[in-house]
Amino acid sequence: MASFTVVKTEDLAAEQGKGPACVLRGQTSDLGCLTRQDGSVSLSQGDTTSIAVVYGPAEVRINKEQIDQATVEVVYRPKVGLPRPEHRKQERVIRNTFEAAIAASLHPRSAISIIIQETEDMGSNFSCCINSSCLALLDAAVSMNFMVAAVTVALKECGEMVLDPTKRDETEAKSVLSYVFDSVNLQVLTVVSCGKFSRAEYRNGLVLAREAAKSVFQFYRESMSKKLLMSQ
Amino acid sequence: MAAPIGNVVIPGDTFSLLQLQPNDEHKKILLGPGLKEEEAEIKVLRPGILRFRKPGVYWVDCHHKRYIPAKGDSVIGIVNQKVGDIFRVDIGSSEQASLSYLSFEGSTKRNRPDVKVGDIVYAKLLVANKDMEPEIVCIDGYGRSNGMGVIRNGGFLFHTSLNLARKLLNPECTLLKSLGNRFQFEISVGVNGRVWIKAANDVQTIALVNSVIASEYKDNDQIKEMCKRISKAVSRMEVD
Repeated sequence: MASFTVVKTEDLAAEQGKGPACVLRGQTSDLGCLTRQDGSVSLSQGDTTSIAVVYGPAEVRINKEQIDQATVEVVYRPKVGLPRPEHRKQERVIRNTFEAAIAASLHPRSAISIIIQETEDMGSNFSCCINSSCLALLDAAVSMNFMVAAVTVALKECGEMVLDPTKRDETEAKSVLSYVFDSVNLQVLTVVSCGKFSRAEYRNGLVLAREAAKSVFQFYRESMSKKLLMSQ
Repeated sequence: MAAPIGNVVIPGDTFSLLQLQPNDEHKKILLGPGLKEEEAEIKVLRPGILRFRKPGVYWVDCHHKRYIPAKGDSVIGIVNQKVGDIFRVDIGSSEQASLSYLSFEGSTKRNRPDVKVGDIVYAKLLVANKDMEPEIVCIDGYGRSNGMGVIRNGGFLFHTSLNLARKLLNPECTLLKSLGNRFQFEISVGVNGRVWIKAANDVQTIALVNSVIASEYKDNDQIKEMCKRISKAVSRMEVD
């Protein structure tokens, strides 16, 4: 039987070294893709896709209740198998990020739960999780002080930087850095790093990612405008 | 730059008082849901459309599914539990509301109202504070029921987005007007997104429920067209 492989144009461009390294992969979102949740979104960045849903402000378990603010819960479901310690760690990082973004003091004694289902990891999965969670929170109209956007940068052995790397770029890279920015001042909220990098490389990655984060925020605004003006 | 009234705003957007009122900076304004004053600036907390009403009320009109209690709202709740003198009622917020048995028309210590677990009540929010449990009542200030109380005799309860519920409550609502021309039915809408409908028979009730749910993303002409089709379909079904 004849077999053939499908080659995406962006992969081809990356392979041939022609692809512009400073552009994010195409983003598409489907807001309100599930009906029962307060907010839901299916976000794809290139071939990386994740579904995030938000419940909240909802009833909170007694042992997690905080009298002065809402409890933020994050659950991450991998594509196959049960969640492992690495996923727990990712949950923790995402939770800490969103605790800063959500105006939790407006809804004391309640829970805001974010559930993320990984559907396809083709590189930059962490950024996709953060961005889909933020869109789901916007879809649920949860009060937030600011929005967040994550951008991943991969550093190759040769010193070249790849923005929004694919899976192959990530495995070949000597280090992978994910930066999370807030929407007001574009300051760094969270950095998740893996591998070796110098201070200069970190700074260069930061500059690159910050520029790209602007386009992510623009994407948020366009997605929300489309949704809100449709239901008018 | 003037404030973007009628445009989409998202969390993190800010504007100054001067932007809101270029002519009179010192006039008093009132900030509604989704807006917060912070260091002489007005900050947007929720994504939505910025609205303005005279003389100086601003708020963000956003698309919610989860209800957040506000004082004076009329809601539909489901009685979940009886605890001593009060009922615990689910109104769709993060906490169950409490409803005293004395806050029904004509009820006294001796003459208790007939409310069972699972009943649907149409009530008004008396206490709605983020730090306190919401409390609802089924009487107005004069001790009259004023249409509130337990909803009995069948019908169907379903949940919609809060936007749709507010649209239905608009006196100019095209959907209810055009449905009302073709069917005879009772409807009660809570701002917590719960809608109860009862028509002459089950077929009509189901048709009405579906048309309400389907109307969310339709404009007025499409709604009229849909009502026409539904009434045709229902009359055909009833003949069979």
